[in-house]
Amino acid sequence: MTIDWGIIFESVPLLGHGVVVTLQVSALASVLGLALGVVLGLCSLSHSRPLRLIVAGYVDFIRGTPLLIQIFLVFFALPALGIRFDEFWAGVVALSLNSAAFVAEVVRGGVGSIERGQSEAASAIGMRHSQILVYILLPQAYRQMVPPLTNELISLVKNSSLLSVISVYELTRAGQAIISVHFVPFEIYTLLALYYYVLIKVLSWLSGRLERKLPTW
Amino acid sequence: MVTPVIQVQKLSKSFGDNSVLRHVSMDVATGETVVIIGASGSGKTTFLRCLNRLEEPSAGTVQLDGNPVVNSGSEKQIADQRSQFGFVFQRFNLFPHFSALDNVAIGPEKVRGMSKSDARALAAAELRRVHMSDHAMKRPVQLSGGQQQRVAIARALAMKPRVMLFDEPTSALDPELVQEVLDVMKELAKGGMTMVVVTHEMNFAREVADRVIYMENGRIAEESPPEILFKEPKSPGAQRFLRHLTNE
Repeated sequence: MTIDWGIIFESVPLLGHGVVVTLQVSALASVLGLALGVVLGLCSLSHSRPLRLIVAGYVDFIRGTPLLIQIFLVFFALPALGIRFDEFWAGVVALSLNSAAFVAEVVRGGVGSIERGQSEAASAIGMRHSQILVYILLPQAYRQMVPPLTNELISLVKNSSLLSVISVYELTRAGQAIISVHFVPFEIYTLLALYYYVLIKVLSWLSGRLERKLPTW
Repeated sequence: MVTPVIQVQKLSKSFGDNSVLRHVSMDVATGETVVIIGASGSGKTTFLRCLNRLEEPSAGTVQLDGNPVVNSGSEKQIADQRSQFGFVFQRFNLFPHFSALDNVAIGPEKVRGMSKSDARALAAAELRRVHMSDHAMKRPVQLSGGQQQRVAIARALAMKPRVMLFDEPTSALDPELVQEVLDVMKELAKGGMTMVVVTHEMNFAREVADRVIYMENGRIAEESPPEILFKEPKSPGAQRFLRHLTNE
C-alpha cells in the first residue's frame, strides 16, 4: 500500500479544530466531574445513612453500565423527560456524570486513609463531622489523590472520543469526516492515535509537575 | 457544697467480651489535678476517652458542672459539649497542613465562630502561654516532639475548656524533650486549671498531683494524695507497679 502524504498534510490543520473541541469537552467535564465527585465523595463519608446509600447507588450504576449507554441516555432518553441538551452539552454532561462517580471513589479512599488521630483531635476541639471532612481531612488527601485523578482525567479524554456517535465534532468525529470524503482510514486513524497519544502525554506530564508542587507533610 | 467539675458514676466500657472499665466512679473538684497511673491495659486511657466521649461508654454517667454529658441531641450540642474538655493526645495529632498558629486558631474560628483575626489573636496568646510564640508560623514537621505537644496543649487551651485531659502526653517524646512539656503542665496546674493526667511520670505526679489514682483491670484500685500513695501503697497491685517503676 502507499501512504497518501498529501491527505495527511491537509488533515493536520483540519483535525486541529477537533482537538480544540476535545479539549473543551474534556476541560468542562473534568471540572464539573471533579466538583460533583468531591461533593459525592464527601457525602459517602457523611454520617447520614440515606446520603451514603444514594451515593453508593449512583456509583454502582455508573460503574455497572457502559459509558456509551450513559451517553445515549443523556442525549436520547433525557429529552423524553423534558431535559434537552445539544450534542456538545449532552457530551459534557454524560462525561461529567460518569467521571464524578470515579472521582467520588478516589475522594472516599483518599480522605478515608488519613489517620484516625486527625479526626479525633478535630472532634476533641468540638468540630463537627462535616467541618472535619472539609477543613482537616480533605486538604491532607490532595496529594495522594493526584495520581488516581490523573488516571481518571486520562480516561475522560480518551472516552470523549465516544461522543463522535452523537455527532459532537471532536477529534475522532473530525477524523471520520475526512475519512468519509477521501476514504483514507489508515492515514487518518493512525494520525488520530498520535493526536490522542500526545494529548495524554502532556496531561501526564502536567500532573506529575502538580504532584511535585503539592506539599508533603 | 460546691459541685465538682466532673462527676463520674459507675462508668463501664467493654469492647465485645473484653471489659476495659468496670464501674468507675470519681469526682474532680475545680482546680484539682488528678494523676492516673497504672500498667498498660488497666483502662486509664479508655477512662479518659470516655470522659469527653471520644469513646462511647457502655454504661454509667459523666457529669460536667452537674450537667450530664450525653451523646444525644444535635451534633452541634455534642460537639460543643466535647469542646468543654481539652484533650491532649499521646501522639500530639497536630494538623500537618496548618501552621502552629492555625492549629490553635482553627477551633475558636470554626467551633466558636470567632472572626479569623480574633481567633489568631487568641491563638497567639495561647502559644505565648506554652512558650511557643517564636514558632507560630512553623508547620508541625518543623517542630520537635516537645514543641508539637506544647502547640497541642495551646490548641486545647484556646477552647477555654473547663478541664484538661492529658493522655500520656510525654510517652511519645525523646527523653530530653519531656521536661519542657511537664513544665508547661505544671504552670497550668499552678494557674488553677482543673486537670486529669494519665502519665508514667512519677515525679510529676509527686510534685503536681493533688490526688493519685492507681487503676488496675479497669477499676480504681487505690486513690490517695501522692505522698501517701507513693510512700505506703496499700493494694498489692500498686506496690508491685511502683516497685517495677523504681527498679527501671
